[in-house]
Amino acid sequence: MQPLEPGRAVLEAQGIVKTFGQHKALDAVDFDLRAGEVHALLGENGAGKSTLIKILTGAYQPDGGVLRLEGAPVTFRGPLQAQDRGIGTVYQEVNLLPNRSVAENLFLGRQPTRFGLIRRKEIEAQAAQVLAAYGLDIDVRAELSDYSVAVQQIVAIARAVELSGKVLVLDEPTASLDRNEVERLFDVVRGLKARGLGIIFITHFLDQVFELADRVTILRNGRKIATQDLAGLSTTDVVRMMLGKDVAFDHHPSGLGESVRGAPRVTFTGLGRKGGVAPFSLSMHEGEVVGVAGLLGSGRTEMARLMFGIDTADGGTVVVDGAPATIRNPAQAVAAGFGFCPEDRKIDGIFGDLSVRENIIIALQAKLGWFKALNRDEQIELAGRYAEALDIRAADHDMPVKLLSGGNQQKVILGRWLAIDPTFLILDEPTRGIDVGAHAEIVRTINRLREEGMALFVISSELDEVVAYSNRVVVMRDREMVAELTGENVAPDAIVQAIAGTLPAATPIAKETQP
Amino acid sequence: MNRSLRPLLATTAIFLLAYLLAVLQFPGMVSTRVLGNFLTDNAFLGIAAVGMTFVILSGGIDLSVGAVIGFTTVLIAVLVMWLGLHPLAAFAVALIVAAGFGAAMGAAIHYLRVPSFIVTLAGMFLARGAASVLSPDSIGIKHDFYTAVSRSYILLPGGGRLTVIGLVMLAVFLFGIVLAHRTRFGSAVYALGGSETSAALMGVPVARTTILIYTLSSTLAGLAGVVFSLYTSAGYSLSALGVELDAIAAVVIGGTLLTGGYGFVAGTFIGVMLQGLVQTYIVFDGTLSSWWTKIVIGALLFMFILLQRLIFTAAPRRKAAPGQRKTLWTA
Repeated sequence: MQPLEPGRAVLEAQGIVKTFGQHKALDAVDFDLRAGEVHALLGENGAGKSTLIKILTGAYQPDGGVLRLEGAPVTFRGPLQAQDRGIGTVYQEVNLLPNRSVAENLFLGRQPTRFGLIRRKEIEAQAAQVLAAYGLDIDVRAELSDYSVAVQQIVAIARAVELSGKVLVLDEPTASLDRNEVERLFDVVRGLKARGLGIIFITHFLDQVFELADRVTILRNGRKIATQDLAGLSTTDVVRMMLGKDVAFDHHPSGLGESVRGAPRVTFTGLGRKGGVAPFSLSMHEGEVVGVAGLLGSGRTEMARLMFGIDTADGGTVVVDGAPATIRNPAQAVAAGFGFCPEDRKIDGIFGDLSVRENIIIALQAKLGWFKALNRDEQIELAGRYAEALDIRAADHDMPVKLLSGGNQQKVILGRWLAIDPTFLILDEPTRGIDVGAHAEIVRTINRLREEGMALFVISSELDEVVAYSNRVVVMRDREMVAELTGENVAPDAIVQAIAGTLPAATPIAKETQP
Repeated sequence: MNRSLRPLLATTAIFLLAYLLAVLQFPGMVSTRVLGNFLTDNAFLGIAAVGMTFVILSGGIDLSVGAVIGFTTVLIAVLVMWLGLHPLAAFAVALIVAAGFGAAMGAAIHYLRVPSFIVTLAGMFLARGAASVLSPDSIGIKHDFYTAVSRSYILLPGGGRLTVIGLVMLAVFLFGIVLAHRTRFGSAVYALGGSETSAALMGVPVARTTILIYTLSSTLAGLAGVVFSLYTSAGYSLSALGVELDAIAAVVIGGTLLTGGYGFVAGTFIGVMLQGLVQTYIVFDGTLSSWWTKIVIGALLFMFILLQRLIFTAAPRRKAAPGQRKTLWTA
């Protein structure tokens, strides 16, 4: 690959228009990418971000406007053609083959052959050489699925760069990486930038935009709002441009929760599971949100799974509204009035092909049993009520849920559990993968549910978010509950210190409370 | 060690153990005669199972295999006995018809987006029905060529006979192994079994590969039909009933994951041999009903599906804790 001259426009789009039926997804959008820059593309869901990317990478053809690659007008018939011309894409879900070797993933479709037979040794040697340039020294003969998502992402990047070499599109590459892995990935991206590639970076994490990107283009409602250097911009500026208004999370006064909370609704004592989470004791009160912080893999999700009976606890007791309860499977949890919005809503949460209405009533129907079917009028009434209460934006309630945006899908799942009138609601990463506007709405909804007297247990990786709705925060480290923060300690700094294990003021969990 | 090798090693170990036990009971089983018969008696199944391996590796299934074998035997008998064609010409016609049939099924699976189970089920009825229309009765084949083939073999030390059809099967397995592991087509088959979406985004020609996979499977089923016709010297529309299921069993027992993406053609060979071993044991024993073959195969199949489940769910999960990950960074 010859080095590209930095600063020159490598990919330009002018006046791009794309309509779907009546809806104008992109309205005369301009975009330009320079060689040797990381260009962040931001916008809420529905702003036209993914439509623009699909046009730049050849997945869609524009209805109007011009694309120029290194100054020459181009049209792409598909992603493969765009890739041949120099534009490589790495998607959020790694689009490689988990069942094949790393080397084969790098060379699939262009393996060197002799007399029709693949020259495997040559491929393996080249693959090792290619990955060494990315700081990866791994056995390229091992299956891709043997490696972490971060390594898989880097292999995907290496493949895209090898095949294209001018433009690299990174679509939410960090969504399932932990902090350390994100750092590694960014090092790789900076290396590619230095080699003169133009890099388009799409993410929901604004702090990562500031950390990595040089310029930013912001879209809103299918229009370009701005393209600017990030130097001199603040997060608030960017958010304001994305939303056209100021959104800040409403921080509730610290220390308030302790005094106003009501009676305990759910109390777990000594709940634990070998290989899952060390025994913990925790009680959730009426009108209280308990936030959970900790790194990926610290046992946060495992804690929620134990509470909801997805994994069976080895020991411990559960008391719901003063009466002992047995929770060994999710059906018992639902019967006890628990609700659970899982982390991966596409896999564990929504029924994509079922309608909004069916998705909302399904938990209530399961709780009622087979013989008390909700009739259609009741279903419509329920779906309507929760769609309105949660502001679920769907053209009609009979459309399949998979067609909704991530934020709306999340609200459908929330509505599903609210319909059973839960005593206790567990939310695992309720704002993951949804845009800033919907994000703020989910946070507001959580706060409203708390004010209405519900007990909630909310897991989140975003500290600003955790402190925005939590009365108390429990901190997980190495599959153990290591701290419970209350009052003024419910603040990002204190949580970070507790995660790192350097918080002197934190109330350590008394070991005696665990059997 | 490569995870997908484990079922293959398990199969090999079980085969060797079973063979050892059988030999301890019937020392007569350790002879080249038995080995020769092994290969000859299972030749048609082995050939069909090679095609099935590719289909299953790609994440599909081919239920039409037995029916294609049956149809081919009838077609050859009709061409040779009624129309007076030379058997070699009849074989060529039969293979071309089978290839076209497979290509049509592959095209239907890809372009109409119908699951392979349904398309090949329809193909099964179609081929079986067409065979009955050609001739509902069994047609005996009497031809000098057939006599010549049945009399040609390589004499092994110890008196065993490596017959023509046994050799054909061995050749097909060698061809299958090279095709699966050393060619771009083979890579594409595994890629489809891993993830069709990813494969398409990585530039695998999905349509061509799918059509070729089913063409290969039907052509090999056609070749199995040729071998079956040589083996039985007859064409009968109801022959090779259920062979597709034996082939699927051989593939799965041979360590190929039923959901695609993982497996080896060589494993299928051992799967076929294991079935042959059970049959031979029953012949040697003389008191057991031949249905015991099915029972043993059923038990083995179940065991292997359990084994695969254990091996592939014990695989490192994507969200494993950082310490459990096999991440080796330089830097």
